[in-house]
Amino acid sequence: MSGRPEGLHYTTAMSAFGSGRRFGAIAGLVGLCVLLWALTPHFLTVSNALNVMEQTSINAIVAVGMTFVIVSGGIDLSVGSLVAFSGVVLAAALKAGWPAPAAVGAALAVGAACGLANGLVIALGRLPPFIMTLGMMSVARGAALMFTDGRPISGFDAPFRAIAVSRIAGVPAPILITLLIYGAAHLVLARTRFGRYVYGIGGNEEATRLSGVAVHFHKTMIYVVSGVMSAVAAVLLTARLNTAQPIAGIMYELDAIAAVVIGGTSLSGGEGTLGGTLIGALTMGVLRNGLNLLGVSSFLQQLVIGLVIVVAVLVDTLLKEKKS
Amino acid sequence: MRGVCKRFPGVVALDRVDFDLRAGEVHVLLGENGAGKSTLMKILSGAYRKDAGEILISGRHAAIESPRAAQALGVATIYQELSLVPQLSVAENILLGHEPARAGWIDRRALRDAAQRSIEDVGITLDLDRRVDRLGLAEQQMVELAKALFRRARVLVMDEPTSALTTREIDRLFDVVRRVTANGAGVVYISHRLQELSRIGDRVTVLRDGRHTGTFALADVSIDQLVCLMANRDVRDHFPRRRAVPGDELLRLEHVSAVSGVDDVSLTVRRGEIVGVAGLLGAGRTELARVIAGADRPASGRVFVKGREVTPKSPRHAIRAGIGFLPEDRKRHGLVLQLSVQANIGLPSLQRWSRGGVVSQRAEHDEARRWVGELRIKTPTVGERVVRLSGGTQQKVVLARWLAAQADILVMDEPTRGVDVGAKVEIYELMNGLTDAGAGILMISSELPEVLGMSDRIYVMRRGRIEAEMDGPSATEQQVLQCALGWA
Repeated sequence: MSGRPEGLHYTTAMSAFGSGRRFGAIAGLVGLCVLLWALTPHFLTVSNALNVMEQTSINAIVAVGMTFVIVSGGIDLSVGSLVAFSGVVLAAALKAGWPAPAAVGAALAVGAACGLANGLVIALGRLPPFIMTLGMMSVARGAALMFTDGRPISGFDAPFRAIAVSRIAGVPAPILITLLIYGAAHLVLARTRFGRYVYGIGGNEEATRLSGVAVHFHKTMIYVVSGVMSAVAAVLLTARLNTAQPIAGIMYELDAIAAVVIGGTSLSGGEGTLGGTLIGALTMGVLRNGLNLLGVSSFLQQLVIGLVIVVAVLVDTLLKEKKS
Repeated sequence: MRGVCKRFPGVVALDRVDFDLRAGEVHVLLGENGAGKSTLMKILSGAYRKDAGEILISGRHAAIESPRAAQALGVATIYQELSLVPQLSVAENILLGHEPARAGWIDRRALRDAAQRSIEDVGITLDLDRRVDRLGLAEQQMVELAKALFRRARVLVMDEPTSALTTREIDRLFDVVRRVTANGAGVVYISHRLQELSRIGDRVTVLRDGRHTGTFALADVSIDQLVCLMANRDVRDHFPRRRAVPGDELLRLEHVSAVSGVDDVSLTVRRGEIVGVAGLLGAGRTELARVIAGADRPASGRVFVKGREVTPKSPRHAIRAGIGFLPEDRKRHGLVLQLSVQANIGLPSLQRWSRGGVVSQRAEHDEARRWVGELRIKTPTVGERVVRLSGGTQQKVVLARWLAAQADILVMDEPTRGVDVGAKVEIYELMNGLTDAGAGILMISSELPEVLGMSDRIYVMRRGRIEAEMDGPSATEQQVLQCALGWA
């Protein structure tokens, strides 16, 4: 907070990295990178760095929606299934000869519609988000399987696949898309009324309601954002793999939640930043990549990642306690 | 406690404070909001750690590093927000964490017996199997006391214990407190109700701006002296109401009823008026306020604002009509504690300060700074999280919110609850300023002197109904009380 002129002294929740409160997460990520650099010379090459970021992009985008949801005091378990469902709809539309923009639009609409269903039932039906999105997780997965008869849909035209494989100034497009989304989403969370109400609803829903905020509407829109982000991730995933699987995206919800909490966002809502989430997602990606480079078995990888999540959040909690 | 210091960002909360408590005494702790009372007690109870100084209990150095350590040393705190488990029974709450058990199974009979003994110790009778959330506030406090005694507490901290109690309940509570001290425990008693202090207190310590300004036997000190020590300035007239000639009608209720406990209420508030609503707890005053604020929908009846029917369907609707609501429980219903002062002030007004959904940070910041200045809100910056501010300062933040939202009908539910004399006067002056500027205020208060001193007109409620309407300047305490009790 220091070093900024008093006139620019805005809310702590407003700055991208929460005014240095994410210091622990940043330090963790840097430390991890230094460690991997020491262990494997290949880690710190440009091509590997771009590779890590590209592979992180899917989780990072899903985690954007998850950040909105968790800051508002909710949870969205359906994101992984929504990636699968909107992915197969996208693939089917492309196969049916739809132009790429229309097919992408259809995928986004599917994500938005499922998010809308989540949001409406949670806001108006007062169902706990955990329950509603747990239900949606199964419903959307079932819908994806029915829609494709359980078979993947593969093989798309080059113009569509360009979304994932093209490079601009040497940088893979998914990285640019991810950064663009983070920039836009950060501005929404930090600078708009909608963003402020996300914090308000997560911090004290009743006080926010009594301040005249249309809590039901904004709560619903939060889950729509999450659904749309899942659909965006589905577009990138489908374009990269050149196939859409009805069983895609399994466990994505947990990766996204992990990215958000490693980024210092509290599951009880009311605080958190997208900068933190981006660091959280990168930490997960770097870790996976590093363990791969080190030739660690995938079984052990699971175990290590689990431990890192727990330790990261533990350290963050301890640091926060010390500060307050 | 010797030389205790505590700093927060931008504020020195405690500066070398000394405080001593003797066995068997009630030691009153007085001070303005932000004077450091709560901080000092939080250090004693282990909720905060001190930056410097030492604490001795029975002459021995006590390392209070956590609430647990404090409890083990015999320090028990009864906060304004009670810390019982609402879903558990009276007996279960008293013995929580100390359940008598055999091989891991709770011995229910032993538990009841032990609980029975401890409520007898405090001299009360209660149904031990009752869920705590079904009890009144006063009864809950007695359960807290019984719980503390069961844990053999030697030092009891009571923070504003009477703020929500009726006179009868206060009498009972004081009986219990006397029993506690007769058993050799010491009680630190935080309260702003001057008339209570001489009834229950033995000695008094005054804090001001984080410093110790004096400790006296209550018998040797006058109320005027105490007020001077607390407030930095002479507060002679507690109720500086400037009465204005009332103008047009702002708010009118016609036969409003609500399932929450409002029964056929009709009333009016005019420009320039402060209208007091008196009554006992549970008379339906807060429920009435919530209906006007749009928080609860009325079952029947009509609400008019400036002659137009608006019967609020939602808080949003009420706010648009110009109604601002300062709730009784500002932490639960008023503030988003993790957000900044600025964000809390701006919450209902963002629409006005934004274009295309994007909030003009400049406009929001300037408005927040303006109101922080005008209401003299004690905060290092407008970016400070409200959770770090004291109770009275938080109340001013809620008021600032409605002034920024340009509300001209203010519904204030217990506006000075938990606020010390000096800050009370500030709030009263603010109310004067508001009515001078043409606002109308509906003030709900459990403090009769406040209702009588500030109101131009008074409605007395009982069991959800308006029992009487009185002229503020000429009404007497007896009249209002008789009405509220139903003895008229």
